[in-house]
Amino acid sequence: MLKLNQINMVFNEATPDEKIALDQINLTLNTGDFMTVIGSNGAGKSTMLNVISGALSPDFGVVEIEGKDVSRMPEYKRSQMIGRVFQDPMAGTAPSMTIEENLAMAYSRNKKRALKKGVDKKRRELFRESLETLHLNLENRLNAKVGMLSGGERQALSLLMATFTQPSILLLDEHTAALDPSRAELITNLTKQLVEKDKLTTLMITHNMQQALDLGNRLIMMDKGQIILEIGTEEKKNLTIPKLMEEFQRIRGEKMTSDKALLS
Amino acid sequence: MFAAIFGSVEQGIIYAIMALGVYLSFRVLDFPDLTVDGSFVSGAAVAATMIIFGYHPVFATVVAILIGFLAGCVTGLLHTKGKINALLSGILMMIALYSINLRIMGLTSENSIGKPNIPLLKAETMFSEFKSFWSPLGIDTAINNFLTMVGFENLPSTYGTLFIMIIITLIIKFIVDWFLKTEVGLAIRATGDNKKMIRSLSANTDTLVIVGLGFSNALVAFSGALIAQYSKFADVGMGIGMIIGGLASVIIGEAIFGTKTIVRTTIAVIAGAIIYRVVLGLALRVDFLDPGDMKLITAVIVIGALILPQYLEKRREKRRKAKRHAERLLEHEQLRMKERSALAKAQSD
Repeated sequence: MLKLNQINMVFNEATPDEKIALDQINLTLNTGDFMTVIGSNGAGKSTMLNVISGALSPDFGVVEIEGKDVSRMPEYKRSQMIGRVFQDPMAGTAPSMTIEENLAMAYSRNKKRALKKGVDKKRRELFRESLETLHLNLENRLNAKVGMLSGGERQALSLLMATFTQPSILLLDEHTAALDPSRAELITNLTKQLVEKDKLTTLMITHNMQQALDLGNRLIMMDKGQIILEIGTEEKKNLTIPKLMEEFQRIRGEKMTSDKALLS
Repeated sequence: MFAAIFGSVEQGIIYAIMALGVYLSFRVLDFPDLTVDGSFVSGAAVAATMIIFGYHPVFATVVAILIGFLAGCVTGLLHTKGKINALLSGILMMIALYSINLRIMGLTSENSIGKPNIPLLKAETMFSEFKSFWSPLGIDTAINNFLTMVGFENLPSTYGTLFIMIIITLIIKFIVDWFLKTEVGLAIRATGDNKKMIRSLSANTDTLVIVGLGFSNALVAFSGALIAQYSKFADVGMGIGMIIGGLASVIIGEAIFGTKTIVRTTIAVIAGAIIYRVVLGLALRVDFLDPGDMKLITAVIVIGALILPQYLEKRREKRRKAKRHAERLLEHEQLRMKERSALAKAQSD
């Protein structure tokens, strides 16, 4: 389904600020896999997601989606197959447009946009039904501008928009990090619900260890542009935070203990 | 006085089409497009040149619209593919069009390559054609008889131009309203609102910017072609400061009529264009002002239109807050009184 083959990415090459963001990354996700990604800041998690989505093109390496090499495909074309939710609740929606208009744009993601009405009666009904599954009463505010919604509501809408057309791959980049704990839990549950409904192949970055353990069937840990730990389905079922911390310590050694705070 | 204001209103409705174009680039696409100063003249130049060559005015106007579309697309290409700053791509296109416009108008002259103006005094225009249909209807005399009865003097000779322009401008308004609600239109609006988001929803923002600017400048050129036929000449300098006038119309309209929905905003922009022309026309009637002061007046009007709404909004907000605060104080006071009387009652019991 998704395959990363020997991905390399260096920022500010040949300057004192040179940084190896991705170092020979190999990764395969099978259809229906839900993988959580953890790692400290600067580990290369977001860069990896951006390489998959096409927002960044890697220096070397191949990205394959559904067996097709998409390395040279521009971001907007790849987006037909990839749904994305960003960390910033403002990033995933158009604030000056209404809820139904935003959904209409998500609806035409995998179709050719034409000169016909974005929101018609049939679609409005469809949007209303999908919004009902969020239980946020948004179905009765179809004509409200998205800029008026709270961060949690916007993120829930972004999530719905990202999954609306059942993309081949769903990329979630710390999409609950900017929310308060109760809203974050709501979005986490919603993520579970939406991903399970369509069995979406998902890659989720999180700084919340508990979330990384609760969600999904696979887990990877990244550090300095490398995948340093990969945990499979069976292993993940019995994984706990202390165990993960232990593993983390074993691989990283003693010198980076300060990063512990970020992962707890 | 009446005739002067009437003329301003007529012009305002024609310029409103240009203002709608500026609304598309400036507000919808969030792209400060200075191509307008050039593409407005291109519209006028193409229409005037073709009319001189004997083409039907409607056909000439349609070609002018297409040329405007092309000009906008080139600006879009410079910005998206050439990665040139938005303002600079517009300015580059604007000065390039200056020379191109001279050459277009030069086609009518055998002695020179470029020509700075074309008079259309005796030529057939869309307005003169419409007039020959309109005049026999006798509506003009009917209206003027009525107005003389009510006591007006110096009446305009025809209302046909006003009538046809209201129809055309409203049609354009409905097309813009409809377009911005289509799938493509939604994507164009999102491009101005949140590029990252619409790209993640698989829209090619480059193409959308190019098409959006094309559409915007098509309207601007349309307006230019009509103004040339209305005032019976095309001049290479007629576009100077056009973008400012368009912007002023958009801002004035939005400030007065609001931006709640697209349907409302487009009508606000049209009204803004008319108000702007009327204010400009009235300013020029002040004795010590000269037609040469027009650009200065324009600048002052725009500065006023930019600053005044902020100031008014702030004052309104302050008043609203003060009122709400007073209400709340009163509520508290009443609550306390009630508590006190309840307490007193309890004690006396």
